[in-house]
Amino acid sequence: MNQTAPVLEVKKLSKQIGKRKIVEDITFEVQKGEIFGFLGPNGAGKTTTIRMLVGLIRPTEGMIQIGGYPLQDQFIEAISQVGCIVENPELYPYLTGRENLEHFARMMTGVTDEWIHEIIRLVELEERIDELVKTYSLGMRQRLGIAQALLGSPKILILDEPTNGLDPAGIRELRAFIRKLVHEQGISVFISSHILHEIQLMCDRVAIINKGKIVYTGPVRELVHEEETRIEWRLDPLQSGVQVLKELSFVRPVEQTEEHLYVYMPLDRIAEVNEQLTAKQIKVTGIRPVQATLEDLFLQLTGGETKS
Amino acid sequence: MIGLVYNEMLKMVRKKRLWVILGILVILIPIFTYAQAQTLERAAKQIGTSDWKVVLKQQIIDQQNRLTSSRLPEEWKAFIKLNIQQQEYYLKNNIDPTAPGAPTFMRKFVEESVSLFLPLLVVIIAADLVSSELSSGTIKLLLTRPVRRWKVLLSKYISLLFATSFIVLSTAILSYLLSGVVFGYGGWDLPVLSGFQEKNGALLTEFVHLMPQWKYLLMAYGLSWLACITVATVSFMVSVLVRSTASGMGIMLAAIISGNLLMQLSPTWGAIKYFAFTQLRLTDYLSGRPILIEGMTLPLSIGVLGAWSVVALITAFVSFSRRDVLA
Repeated sequence: MNQTAPVLEVKKLSKQIGKRKIVEDITFEVQKGEIFGFLGPNGAGKTTTIRMLVGLIRPTEGMIQIGGYPLQDQFIEAISQVGCIVENPELYPYLTGRENLEHFARMMTGVTDEWIHEIIRLVELEERIDELVKTYSLGMRQRLGIAQALLGSPKILILDEPTNGLDPAGIRELRAFIRKLVHEQGISVFISSHILHEIQLMCDRVAIINKGKIVYTGPVRELVHEEETRIEWRLDPLQSGVQVLKELSFVRPVEQTEEHLYVYMPLDRIAEVNEQLTAKQIKVTGIRPVQATLEDLFLQLTGGETKS
Repeated sequence: MIGLVYNEMLKMVRKKRLWVILGILVILIPIFTYAQAQTLERAAKQIGTSDWKVVLKQQIIDQQNRLTSSRLPEEWKAFIKLNIQQQEYYLKNNIDPTAPGAPTFMRKFVEESVSLFLPLLVVIIAADLVSSELSSGTIKLLLTRPVRRWKVLLSKYISLLFATSFIVLSTAILSYLLSGVVFGYGGWDLPVLSGFQEKNGALLTEFVHLMPQWKYLLMAYGLSWLACITVATVSFMVSVLVRSTASGMGIMLAAIISGNLLMQLSPTWGAIKYFAFTQLRLTDYLSGRPILIEGMTLPLSIGVLGAWSVVALITAFVSFSRRDVLA
């Protein structure tokens, strides 16, 4: 197999159920050792796409190639390269963590007891692994879910909304864990999410899907204007403040509500603007950088046409 | 494949369904035993004498008198001779036919439970075998392994066959052990009449013969195993097609109960014999209980059950390996 070949290759993938096209003409590639984000609002076709990637749903059209093997024709060879969690990590609650792992290990070849042990250590479940899964917290189930995905030493890990239902600490933990995995095991990760911020923090490249179609593929860095940040200003009186801000060349107002004004501007010039406002007798009651949302991004990408 | 079947057996055992079934048997068999003992006691009272040997001797004499009648057809004579043989065996071996041992209870129990009770137990296991994986979402983890879908399903079916056999076997063992406490554990060699045949609405007795009870029991439990396998296979298909375990069970219960009802309500409607669940009473062919529907024979019954099983299996495998998992 070619070393430089992409781990996951998707070409012109479509799925039609009844008359409705849920996914249309999707194409992207995931390279070795890359964390690839799959971003889109709920109902955009993310889960359907992921289900096609792991062979749960038959594509209407198109091709999926994993590790060089076409998924449709060489299912066993292709799926052996994949570890996945589709939506929630649903494991058998009436079995222990270890029994769950052994259960799935029996469904593949070459999973040794040492490797199972190693994975349990990796996901830090050593202490509770022999307890029934129904006693686990959501975070522990998530980790056990990742453990079962790693059983087959996959080349690519496919995670569908892995942070769903996790608390902020759990999310941070997961993020660190995925980075560690990529770093230590050298595998690729494919993560879907509807939260832009999450993808920004975790991924190298991203494909954005909306209404079943890819609207953007590229590095995450280029996605959001890094030199400009969205800033929330609380001013008193607001209207005269808005006038002052609008006169500045490096400030681009985007949205105004009754209490605040949102603008795009470079972070390092906030102090300068603040001084100018104070000089003109306008009270600044609050300044806050705001994380851009997926909606903002869609506005940016499509010029406001596909507001979701 | 062995690993896959082991997986399924493990899940079945850990889900505690098999224990529930054993529990049901352990509770119900003593109740049936008590009921049977009560019936026998009442029957003894009606005869009026507590000495069963006197009754038996009188019966033998009555039948011998009938044999001397010249108007009696030959096949009837043969049948009566068998009856006498049976009763003489009871006398000689000091067996009270009204107070039989545990093997006789086993026989009666399986004859009564084959059409409803055993199928219900089988449905408890079979109905959620696939649907529980669908509704809990674990199917996604099961089908994203390097194993073909049909193999996953086959492993489930094989473990279902094991479980069904286990149910029939434990029914046999438990009904022997538990009823023996009241009836005693003897009676394996008791001669039992069998070989009845039906033709044009009349019961043919020409092939009737005596066989030891253990042999009869083997055949009876074998036939009920066959009936249970059919129930299991059809439930298995329902479990593949219906996502909710509760509705799957409901469908199967409705089907089995209507099979029983149809037999009782409209035996003249010949077409119902092609409905699998009217054919579960295979043991009737052994015991010679009048068969209600015209034209029913053991090969036909087994053929109908077999055909249903094959169609159910094909439907289950085709549907399971082709469908999109949207759950």
